Amino acid sequence: MPDSSIKLTPDQLLGAYRTMREIREFEESVHAEFEKGHLPGFVHLYAGSEASAVGVCSHLTPVDKIISTHRGHGHCIAKGCDIGGMWKEIIGSSEGICRGKGGSMHIADLSKGMLGANAIVGGGPPLICGAGMAAKVLGNGGVGVAFTGDGGSNQGTTFESLNFAAIFKLPVVFVFENNGYAETTAASWSVSCGDIVNRAPAFGMPGVQVDGFDFFAVHAAAGEAIARARAGGGPTLIEVKLARFYGHHEGDNQSYRGEGEVERLRSEQDCLNIFRDRVLQAGLLDAGRLDEIDRDVVEKMKTHVEQAKAAPRPTPDMLTTDVYVSY
Amino acid sequence: MARIITMRQALQEAFLHLMEEDPRVIMLGEDIAGGEGSPGSQDAWGGDMGLTKGLQPRFGKSRVMDTPISESAIIGTAVGAATCGLRPIAELMFVDFMGVCFDQIMNQAAKFRYMFGGRAETPVVIRTQIGAGYRGAAQHSQCLYPLFTHIPGIKCVIPSSAYDAKGLMIEAVHDNDPVIFFEHKFLYDSARDDVPEEAYTIPFGEASIVREGGDVTIVALARMVHVAREAASVLEREGISCEIIDPRTISPLDEDTILESVAKTGRLVVVDEAYPRCNVGKDIAALVAQQGFADLRAPVEVVSPPHTPVPFAPELEDAFIPDAAKVADAVRRVAGWQRGGGK
Repeated sequence: MPDSSIKLTPDQLLGAYRTMREIREFEESVHAEFEKGHLPGFVHLYAGSEASAVGVCSHLTPVDKIISTHRGHGHCIAKGCDIGGMWKEIIGSSEGICRGKGGSMHIADLSKGMLGANAIVGGGPPLICGAGMAAKVLGNGGVGVAFTGDGGSNQGTTFESLNFAAIFKLPVVFVFENNGYAETTAASWSVSCGDIVNRAPAFGMPGVQVDGFDFFAVHAAAGEAIARARAGGGPTLIEVKLARFYGHHEGDNQSYRGEGEVERLRSEQDCLNIFRDRVLQAGLLDAGRLDEIDRDVVEKMKTHVEQAKAAPRPTPDMLTTDVYVSY
Repeated sequence: MARIITMRQALQEAFLHLMEEDPRVIMLGEDIAGGEGSPGSQDAWGGDMGLTKGLQPRFGKSRVMDTPISESAIIGTAVGAATCGLRPIAELMFVDFMGVCFDQIMNQAAKFRYMFGGRAETPVVIRTQIGAGYRGAAQHSQCLYPLFTHIPGIKCVIPSSAYDAKGLMIEAVHDNDPVIFFEHKFLYDSARDDVPEEAYTIPFGEASIVREGGDVTIVALARMVHVAREAASVLEREGISCEIIDPRTISPLDEDTILESVAKTGRLVVVDEAYPRCNVGKDIAALVAQQGFADLRAPVEVVSPPHTPVPFAPELEDAFIPDAAKVADAVRRVAGWQRGGGK
């Protein structure tokens, strides 16, 4: 088996590792602050799934668009959203990336091609067809990627979108991040055909299932799909088999999960450790540089958290801005 | 020289102007050309009511697209494309079909600008047919616009005349917020006006005073404007002078024009073809009760259908739709009302 990691330069490898570490640290810091009661609302953490967001988004340019799910922090960071602005958004500051009006489930930065986390399961696939349609009409070479979960894979909106993208040959990629659970409900039970990838042929598009703990597997599959979309070859369905280290949302008792499941995932299937071992064994990077990234990301995240806590709060007049109001 | 055309022709002129004016304007919907992939004509229908006929041959399939019957995908595509630089006009054949794509309107399009802190625009127009009168029965005849008026972030346009339809459609496509454009199917050919050949816009939130009068204010929408005019003609002969106001857009709603008229007349009848509970008529009645109470000289009347689905049988459907006789009765009641004197 040729080592696909060889295709990335040392700088690209360092960049991918840094972004995955940023996502992990972001989520660990959100977890810690939520436990302390410092965050309003509820949050859904992406920790454990980093290789998917980064493996896909590292192929994307600013003209490309993504749309995400309620579990969107990782996709936002991978698409280049400002991490400090994200932290401020999650805490509800007026300096947040959406001025405190969106919150964790609605982080968006259209200037970066991030069309939003989306709190409606199955809400994103129809919209990504629009991103693909716009790229096609404008002729700008852009590609759209919809991240959806195994839960969203069962929505009618998703089925419509797969068919729609296929018949219009839209430059889009449907990435189904199958973390095994739609809230508490097992994908092995809810997906009628077993694997989500089995649905691809029915919609007349190529499908591939990849190991989501392996950054390089995701990177290779996504690269092929995105290149095909960009070249006018139409949509692809990618099923990424991965896991989440935390519950559906923070506070989830996770009693539906197997005994020792999360501990086993953390010790044996941590995509960051797998990446690290792989590049060190291949002699592509040295451990010191990765350790340096780890330290740097942790330090910077502490600053982001502190700045978010001290950031200005929205004023009441903001309640009625950014929308037509008649009453 | 008057140039009398129908609402259908007026809308066709608006589409042609908009497509020529801006290459970012695209159109998509079921059968809007008609015949995609079929062995026969590729512009077979030009939309269910023929409004988009001729546009695909002229502007090509990349800008005028037949779609599968997939309302969520149609609306989602239009909304997503709007956030990515296009100005799509999506056709959703009948408002009755909104149920299958409601999320894309109420949770997606309506929310983006606010939810993303003012850093997103969603310039999409969703055209749809409303209204009873064609024996279409319960699933093709409704006036569901109150569902959309309820949702912040959406603008709702309901023209009653050919002139208004053209100006409001051009304004809708120029607007940077999602707009639902409700077209009453009964008016496509029956609404005829003197319409300028050139393009023009009508601002949202500016009501039209369709008829001036001093005794009773009638606020009506879409086909009900014409029903109100018919009633007003009858009432004029009885010595009751009606002022008819057509809000034209219900989000935003021109409250001032309604309140000013009621300040003059002291009496209000609202005619709304939508189901009575929580409809626009009730909303306007509440507005006047709150802000124009001192001006009122009689209770407000709201003329609406009964709270039933739209029936099929012609006798039943005709009884369902508010007509001039019902409006005239309501006007007579408020005109003759006296405190302590009952009706």
